[in-house]
Amino acid sequence: MALPTYATPLERAWHWAYLAICTAIFVFLIAPILVIIPLSFNAEPYFTFTDRMLALDPDGYSMRWYDSLLTFGMTRPDAPRDAAWWADVWANAKWVNAAKNSLIIGLFSTILATVLGTLAALGLARPEMPFRRAIMAVLISPMIVPIIITATGMFFFYSNPCEALTWIGLSPQCGRLAGTYLGVILAHATLGIPFVIITVTATLVGFDQSLSRAAASLGANPRTTFFRIIMPLILPGIISGALFAFVTSFDEVVAVLFIAGPDQQTIPRQMWNGIREQISPAILAVATLLVIFSITLLTTVELLRRRGERLRGVTPR
Amino acid sequence: MATPLDPHAAIVTHAAGQGAAAEARPNAQGVLLTTADGQPLARALTRSRRRARRQAFLLVLPLLAFVLITFVVPIGQMLQRSAKNPGFSDNMPQVSAWFDENPRGAVPDEAAFAALAADMAAAAEARTVGIVGTRINYELPGTRSLFTSTGRKVARGIEPPHREALLEMDPRWADEELWTAMRNASTPYTSSFYLAALDRTRDSAGDVARVPENRQVYVMLFQRTLWLSLLITGLTFVLGFPVAHLLATLPMRRSNLLMILVLLPFWTSLLVRTTAWIVLLQQQGVVNDALVWLGLIGEQGRLQMIYNQTGTIIAMTHILLPFMILPLYSVMRTINPSYVRAARSLGATSWTAFRRIYFPQTLPGLGAGALLVFILAVGYYITPALVGGSSGQLISNMIAMHMTETLNWSMAAALAALLLAGVLILYWLYDRLVGIDNLKLG
Repeated sequence: MALPTYATPLERAWHWAYLAICTAIFVFLIAPILVIIPLSFNAEPYFTFTDRMLALDPDGYSMRWYDSLLTFGMTRPDAPRDAAWWADVWANAKWVNAAKNSLIIGLFSTILATVLGTLAALGLARPEMPFRRAIMAVLISPMIVPIIITATGMFFFYSNPCEALTWIGLSPQCGRLAGTYLGVILAHATLGIPFVIITVTATLVGFDQSLSRAAASLGANPRTTFFRIIMPLILPGIISGALFAFVTSFDEVVAVLFIAGPDQQTIPRQMWNGIREQISPAILAVATLLVIFSITLLTTVELLRRRGERLRGVTPR
Repeated sequence: MATPLDPHAAIVTHAAGQGAAAEARPNAQGVLLTTADGQPLARALTRSRRRARRQAFLLVLPLLAFVLITFVVPIGQMLQRSAKNPGFSDNMPQVSAWFDENPRGAVPDEAAFAALAADMAAAAEARTVGIVGTRINYELPGTRSLFTSTGRKVARGIEPPHREALLEMDPRWADEELWTAMRNASTPYTSSFYLAALDRTRDSAGDVARVPENRQVYVMLFQRTLWLSLLITGLTFVLGFPVAHLLATLPMRRSNLLMILVLLPFWTSLLVRTTAWIVLLQQQGVVNDALVWLGLIGEQGRLQMIYNQTGTIIAMTHILLPFMILPLYSVMRTINPSYVRAARSLGATSWTAFRRIYFPQTLPGLGAGALLVFILAVGYYITPALVGGSSGQLISNMIAMHMTETLNWSMAAALAALLLAGVLILYWLYDRLVGIDNLKLG
């Protein structure tokens, strides 16, 4: 956006002021995320740059907070670092366990949300779909309804999943889902579904329906058509939907606080406790790792988007 | 998907006459169209369309069922709790019956006290007197202990006249307010939690009245939630508009690069961003240190920017900013720059051209972004809970408090129902104005 040659001095001044304002807003957007990275290497238990850090003195920096992520919760953190020590880390370290839980819950809820969401998106993309708008509104609503309301509803539901059946005159007993992995996975799948629906339907908008007709007229049954024709073309959309669903689960804390038991300690829940009780730079170390994680995901999604555009014949400008 | 009945696959025109069904309608020339296997075309078409509808619906059905069971039904159950609390009526049947028989304003007579004593004795035996006391405590704070202590005494035995006996145990039993509270709780379905959520209550005459000044919290909280959400929406607009404009007007290559600066916060964990603001804004944090170092404030005058409303506003603006920038950007991308150039060539100043030509074209993106930010802000919980202190709490935090601390679940449900109603209206508006299909991510 270059200035035209006929710009008045006032317009020139405004143009530069505008660029300065935009720069300031970009700093506002990105600085908080970047600042925590060097601070996580602080040798002191402070949340600010010490004089030694500002002087770039190597002694001002340390890996102690990253180390504490491994040792926190261990039975013998001071033992020599041999195989037994690492086994101890794997079994007892709180952050390691939280990471394991987050990955397990995230993985299974993503699979559930992606499979159900992709099927539904295929149906919603068909022109014949009845009540399309209303159904879409229901399926997207977990993203819109405030999480505290969702979590409150889930708290009652997962404590006694059969309670709703009393509405139709039954009163069966069934197991609690609250405090189980299955409960958290189901809850996170619900929260991740809108993202899958949105990304996959967006991909299907550009999808040429005559391709599947061509496949059918060449003798492919619906299943073959899906796996050989449709799926390869919309795969980028499915994967980025799945990534969104995974990130949603990986970052979710309120539903976990309400329905998870002590066994389902996830990273966000551990962070939540850390921030509320005694915030230490160890939180910043986790935060840094999570930022690196999100950069990886962002790159993946961006690459997928480009690939998807290329596959669908949308030339990038 | 082609099927044997697909009308595109096999349509042959036959002369009318042979085997035409009674309901098949001939066309203008009196010729009935049939498919290759001799079926009337109209019927074959209807059937194939119905089949396609069913197929599409069957694809959606598993997910729809899943969302209904794990999301819609739980919320319905919760809403039911907001209007139903049988804690008193189930455990105090005789007093509830007395309330049924006697109109509002009736002075409790000996029969009422006898019913109360009998119910209290039964409840004390069944160990439900605590539930009863908790229920009345919601209506009239500070009465739970009255029920538990009286329950213990009644269980040891009580002689008629019951009125005098109960008053001797605790003179508060003569309190008119207490009887009003019990009357309000005497039916399983009640509006009292909704009234309480609006700082209202039913007085002895049954009229809706405001609760005492020192107990009015919810209306203030709703107002604060609305006001802060509006303010945050406004701030995201002020900050988002120039950035979206810059991104939309730069060449694609450079704007893609700058877009990363918007998308990275969008993809970063909410807790990470909230933590980052705690770190930055603390009294011993980076921003205060920088201000002291620059000499703008003294060591004593360090600003309190976190654990109050300011903290909530700054952190939420930062977190919700991408939700404003992305829709604005996608609309601005499509605006044809030649309109502004035409306006300039016709003599408009750059301000006029912006105000009359460019800005009106950004309104769809602005509406989409503002509605989305507002919807998300109204229900925000995590950030206010972590950085809000006491002055930065929103209505969601009050719901969480009733869920986890006071355990007044009906109250939490009533507040949630009011919040949900507001959000659903906004959601409906969003669907009407923007369309859910146009919701884009990244």
